[in-house]
Amino acid sequence: MLTIEPICDPRAPIARANPVAKLFAVAAVSTTALLAGDWLTPLLLLAALIAVVPFAGIRLGPLLRRLRWLLVAAGTVAVVNTVFAAEKTGTVLFSAGPLEITSDASIDGVALGLRVCVAATAGVLGFATTDPTDLADAFTQQLRTSPRFTIGSLAALRMLPLLGAEWQQITTARRARGMEGGRNPVRRARLFASTMFTLLVGAMRRAGRLADAMDARGFDSEIPRTHARIQRMRRTDWLLLAGAITVAIAAVAVSFAYGTFDLLA
Amino acid sequence: MLSAEFRGFTWRHAGRRAPAVADVDLRIEAGERVLLLGPSGSGKSTLLAALAGLLTTDSGDHDGEVLLDGKEAAGQRGRVGILFQDPETQLVMARSGDDVAFGLENQAVAPDEIWPRVHESLEMVGFPYTTGHPTHALSGGEQQRLALAGVLARRPDLILLDEPTANLDPEGADSIREALRTALADTAATLIVVEHRVADILNLVDRVIALGPGGAVLADGPAEAVFAEHGDMLAEQGVWVPGAEPPSHPDANPGETRLRGEALTLVHSGAERPALDGVDFDLRAGELLAVTGPNGSGKSTLALLAGGLVRPTRGTATVPGESWPLHRLPARRLATRVGTVFQDPEHQFVTGTVRDELAFAPHAAKWSRRRIDARVSELLERLRLAHLTEANPHTLSGGEARRLSVASALAAAPEVLLLDEPTFGQDRRTWGELVDLTASIRDEGTALLAVTHDRDFAAALASRELVLRAGRTHAEANRC
Repeated sequence: MLTIEPICDPRAPIARANPVAKLFAVAAVSTTALLAGDWLTPLLLLAALIAVVPFAGIRLGPLLRRLRWLLVAAGTVAVVNTVFAAEKTGTVLFSAGPLEITSDASIDGVALGLRVCVAATAGVLGFATTDPTDLADAFTQQLRTSPRFTIGSLAALRMLPLLGAEWQQITTARRARGMEGGRNPVRRARLFASTMFTLLVGAMRRAGRLADAMDARGFDSEIPRTHARIQRMRRTDWLLLAGAITVAIAAVAVSFAYGTFDLLA
Repeated sequence: MLSAEFRGFTWRHAGRRAPAVADVDLRIEAGERVLLLGPSGSGKSTLLAALAGLLTTDSGDHDGEVLLDGKEAAGQRGRVGILFQDPETQLVMARSGDDVAFGLENQAVAPDEIWPRVHESLEMVGFPYTTGHPTHALSGGEQQRLALAGVLARRPDLILLDEPTANLDPEGADSIREALRTALADTAATLIVVEHRVADILNLVDRVIALGPGGAVLADGPAEAVFAEHGDMLAEQGVWVPGAEPPSHPDANPGETRLRGEALTLVHSGAERPALDGVDFDLRAGELLAVTGPNGSGKSTLALLAGGLVRPTRGTATVPGESWPLHRLPARRLATRVGTVFQDPEHQFVTGTVRDELAFAPHAAKWSRRRIDARVSELLERLRLAHLTEANPHTLSGGEARRLSVASALAAAPEVLLLDEPTFGQDRRTWGELVDLTASIRDEGTALLAVTHDRDFAAALASRELVLRAGRTHAEANRC
């Protein structure tokens, strides 16, 4: 089943940090990794992120499960860029027919893979420790986004798991009527389209009812809303943000000093 | 406290030709507790939506006035609270406390006042969990109590209840009525409630208004007087008049076994206990087996496994003449053996017209053209759908959609029919039609299994009852 809830211990320091502070911290680290063209900067950033994991309150198992597809993607990026590099310079490490792997190409490939890793890990650490409700609260209170849009999206997000269950019900109901995809691809495609149609009709109705229920409770009236839960930047949140920026600058500085830094062209 | 008044009120939903309500004149005094009655299509929900200020000019045309304390209702949403029938689409937030707080935030209640009011209203409805409890983990009855707390927390002067128990099982419905009793004793608010099952709600109200088609007032006054004078007419209109004798259709002698379930078990991955655990049953021609039990006892799971729609973890469901268990049969063949009617008819509609809907399963089973036509005509006639042949199934009324879903499940002439909560949320008239229809299907020799919470339905038709508890057979009893 689809879940959108945080998977961490709510008392962990990072889990308790302000969502907006986390968002900007993730942005600082990911942007640095994506802009750097070398292998050292993302490697240092990844090390820093791994050092932070114990403070996020996520156990390793669930974290890796969330990361697994992103790690596969990072691995693919690394391999593809190594094998199909445009400029094959440096010493040849491996050669078989048209396939040739050179040292420079493999370093570039690994660097690209590492950058994807950093962005993915930072993103998962940020979102897996943040409750969507708190994020929406923080957006409306600190970034002054429109409550209509933000709270509306939040309510829609809550409906997502219901759609999964409903898809299951429709498919079963179709089988009872004698309708089944089987192995025929055309019939499968038609079944998919008609199931999707029924699902959407239901979802629209449901969305209409939810909108009515929200309006009936005074949502989107002219009065400015108050907030049951105050979201603001505390000292620790500023420290988290400052820490993330410092790490990003330090990684770039070390890479510079080592002579490897290269801005992504 | 707030008085409510309709003056020559007419409303037509956008895209409809006939108005939902026409020229309604009605006045409800401040502090009155009113039960609004009427058959499906009498515009009760439209009137409540109008009072709640939810009918906006872009969703239809209106005429006349809707007034709260003499002023336009549209501008006074803050003074009105409304509870709808579907608990799932009333909850906005992921955490229970946040959901109650949502309405207070919208009302611009001072932040330090919000949580005390949240706790107060949760206590009022007897909500058994903490404010952090996830809303998706609640049962229907608990969700509805939470939604009620969300209404009460805003301290409305007018409370509107639109069939608050219609989507709940009997336990959930009881808990909501109990919460309402407590809450209403504590407030002087005006109350208007729409409910089909009248008997359960009568002690909460002091005035009954019965509406006819289009919102015309048929009867108005204290409950006893209204039912004494107009009881027969109201029953005719589809109202569950208290004290009316339920029908009874005992079966003739059941024949041979048509469907057998052996040790049916389903374990969902990651679940603590099986959804269904080793249930045996057999179903004979010409009988109706009622499957009952509280929510989560595995009733619907049993119907899915018995119908060959879901693969059991263990056990089999078989019909005579098929060497494979039902879940292994291709769908088009399955439809000629066992028909299943789901709770939500719309999930089962697969074509654009009533005629195509009925021809679908016979066509998939490769019947001849002539045989299909004959079968479709017969079903249209028998289920009184002949005037709707070319209508789109999604535009049918609740009762018509239910009849069509039964007819389409019967189309390919299966000898077994499974029904999941066939009478759920139906008014009295549709209910009576369903009971008669089910009796006639049974008496023609079809073997029927009905998953139901509806005591009256089971009592009218079932000769045997299978009671489930926590996925196991709790009792199996002959009813007569």
